[in-house]
Amino acid sequence: MSISVQHISKSFDKVTALKDISFKVKEGELFGLIGPDGAGKTTLFRVLTTLLFADEGTATVADFDVVEDYKSIRNSVGYMPGKFSLYQDLTVEENLTFFATIFGTTIEENYDLIKEIYVQIEPFKDRRAGDLSGGMKQKLALSCALIHKPKVLFLDEPTTGVDPVSRKEFWEMLKRLQKKGITILVSTPYMDEAALCDRIALIQDGEILEIDTPNDIIKTFPKKLYNISANNMYQLIKNLNAYKHQYSVYPFGEFVHYTDQRNDFKKEELINYLKENNLKNITITETAPTIEDVFMELAK
Amino acid sequence: MKRFIGFIRKEFYHIFRDKRSLFILFGMPIAQIMLFGFAITNEINNVDIAIFNKSKDATTEEIINKITASKYYTNKQLIQNEKEIETVFKRGKVKAVLVFENDFSKNLIKENKATIQIITDATDPNTANTIANYTNSILRTYQQIVNKDIEIAYQIIPETRMVYNPELKSVFMFVPGVMTIILMLVSAMMTSISITREKELGTMEILLVSPIKPFQVIIGKVFPYIFLSIINAIVIVLLSIFIFKMPINGSFILLGLESVLFTITSLSLGILISTISETQQTAMMISLMGLMLPTILLSGFIFPISSMPIPLQVISNIIPAKWFIIILKGIMLKGVDISFIWKETVILIGMTLFFMGLSIKKYKIRLE
Amino acid sequence: MKKENVIEATNLTKTFGEFTAVNKITFEVKKGEIFGFLGANGAGKTTAMKMLIGISIPSEGQATVAGYDVSTRPEDIKKSIGYMSQKFALYDDLTVKENITFFGGIYGLKRSQIRIKSEELINNLGLQEVSNDLVGSLPLGWKQKISFSVALLHDPKIIFLDEPTGGVDPITRRQFWEMIYETAHKGTTVFVTTHYMDEAEYCDRVSIMVNGKIEALDTPKKLKEQFKVDSMNDVFLKLARE
Repeated sequence: MSISVQHISKSFDKVTALKDISFKVKEGELFGLIGPDGAGKTTLFRVLTTLLFADEGTATVADFDVVEDYKSIRNSVGYMPGKFSLYQDLTVEENLTFFATIFGTTIEENYDLIKEIYVQIEPFKDRRAGDLSGGMKQKLALSCALIHKPKVLFLDEPTTGVDPVSRKEFWEMLKRLQKKGITILVSTPYMDEAALCDRIALIQDGEILEIDTPNDIIKTFPKKLYNISANNMYQLIKNLNAYKHQYSVYPFGEFVHYTDQRNDFKKEELINYLKENNLKNITITETAPTIEDVFMELAK
Repeated sequence: MKRFIGFIRKEFYHIFRDKRSLFILFGMPIAQIMLFGFAITNEINNVDIAIFNKSKDATTEEIINKITASKYYTNKQLIQNEKEIETVFKRGKVKAVLVFENDFSKNLIKENKATIQIITDATDPNTANTIANYTNSILRTYQQIVNKDIEIAYQIIPETRMVYNPELKSVFMFVPGVMTIILMLVSAMMTSISITREKELGTMEILLVSPIKPFQVIIGKVFPYIFLSIINAIVIVLLSIFIFKMPINGSFILLGLESVLFTITSLSLGILISTISETQQTAMMISLMGLMLPTILLSGFIFPISSMPIPLQVISNIIPAKWFIIILKGIMLKGVDISFIWKETVILIGMTLFFMGLSIKKYKIRLE
Repeated sequence: MKKENVIEATNLTKTFGEFTAVNKITFEVKKGEIFGFLGANGAGKTTAMKMLIGISIPSEGQATVAGYDVSTRPEDIKKSIGYMSQKFALYDDLTVKENITFFGGIYGLKRSQIRIKSEELINNLGLQEVSNDLVGSLPLGWKQKISFSVALLHDPKIIFLDEPTGGVDPITRRQFWEMIYETAHKGTTVFVTTHYMDEAEYCDRVSIMVNGKIEALDTPKKLKEQFKVDSMNDVFLKLARE
């Protein structure tokens, strides 16, 4: 086991950040921690990177205990905190050299590991890190976290505030790193990124809602899900919420995701109901649930 | 060791790339020493005075001539009645009024006694005090001359001699103080800010989750500032020697060693501050309010400790700057060697060890 | 029936020295529309929005917002728009009521109006229990709903939202969108700037800015058809690749 978390709890003053969290991450796995801001993702990362003590429970990273063997953990993990945490007044190359030096290595020694990422920012190696675009900063931060060839990589919301193109490239990089045998624990508030992980844990308010592969998690969705659209979104939501058989109604882009309380949902009945309420161009089609639907169902 | 050198190199990049901190580092010492040297001064020159002479005889005229001949006073202004005294003070330019009583010389000859009233504008007590003292000394000089003529035996002539700073040059008094403040500012404030900056940026998190040891981070942080503080101390000493013609009577080596000691004391205070503050702003506030103010007010730099109320005198003992100023004055002005200032040196060493011990105890290898 | 345009921009341009941040953008937004203004960081959306809310003067071209020209009548524009940003919303160290009163005052509402509005707002959001609590102690989702309502306090014609739902949990997020739909339904135009493509899916129409130009402008559905993909995220990826 690369990461093993058992019954970890942690509170700050009155706020409970983590409630009895347990999960395991296998070696070489890309494990996603999916949840909104304030769910406890960062606190969990800090416990695992030996920056915080848990109030209860135990955890090991790369078979080292997070309390007893914190020094060994600090030698063998790479950590990319949520906020861009590099020296803005140092150039790209200086940042990388600095992190290589404090981990007791050199850029040359582990160049093959960061090569694919670093070549993309190398043309700007004399530019100050503060002047890089969001996507570039993130690549530099990843290079710095990898420079000492860590066994386990912790990435706390690496794609927050980054444009879709950089996000996509970033996930492609993670997949390649995983092939090189690095275990990766990544957190994200974006539900659509869940599908890119091997396994995920859905987390909210310090509690894990579900742990499984993305596909299996989607299979747990208990109802048939329908896409509904009409000429007026506001009226549609309002009327659906007032419909006596509704189980859940959530706007979902241009549609409303609807589930019915009954097992034998009567489409025509609902269409007639909506028509009675002056809605036009009504469409109702069955659709496949997404991670986000499951998350909402579990958090309900 | 390689880690450590890499760390120090990074610190120098930070310092030389931040225009603001460069200015504080090198602009401030020069600005401060110039400010204290030229502008803020205890000496008085060219003070406007007014004279209300009720007797108008030869003796009073002679005294008036003596007084206005001195470089301290200019623009003598004659006034004719009591009421005018208040008016000239209210206008603000005149800082002192001399009032000669009626029949001044007659009284002097007949009763061997005559009075001059020296009225000073005490809204600025320092200046008022100085004017009164200067005027008294001019009068005494005059008295001596007059008395000589009369040849009275066993006349006791009060004599004051200003030692160490015979010209009463205030810049000599300020140099040790300014040097103390600069070293304190650079060492304590800059280090505490630079450590808290890493906390604020989040880079401290990465440093903690790395094999670099916490004490290496701290030593790496303070090392550049020891170096810069020494440069500053040298700049200040050179400025005072070449611009203000200040003599350095003691040993330069001793001066250097004591400065390094005080720098380390300040650095340990800086580290202590950084362990208790989370943001650069807090670090700056604590440094300014907790260190700079007491240093300026209670170290004897501006206000003599002996004239403070007893509680403040007691408190002044825990201000490292107090001891360093005593050491500096000793070496610079009196030219003493270590045998005269060993006690102060030991106190500083003790304080340094205490602050360091406390910092190590308070330093967190985790985030809480 | 053709709805009136509340925002009209014609060849709107902003240059900083040699650099053209916004390059001749032309678009219009109708009354009651939810308009998504998308682009990557640095694509020029913030600069364009600053011109529209009257705090930056265009280098070339022109625009009217709520009927006022952005170059000549920025003060009138500021009175007729509301603004909510994810970064700055409310004062954490003031209570809910104090925040409402403060912002009401800023928008020039009378004391009596503020009292009525603040009552209304608290009741609508079901905040009776916490109206005297510090905003800092409330969950993020609540803060966002309050700050949205506060931005609507002076009944603006247009409300500008800057990345309104980033980071909140999926359920709160949907409640927030329901509020936006309601606002638009009542006739207030909603102008959303964001680089989160899933926020774009909820808009009536979206424009996508790339390197200072508007490269695509249509309903999400039509854009997805045009690019033959099934999410706005992929539309964006395709656009950026070109």
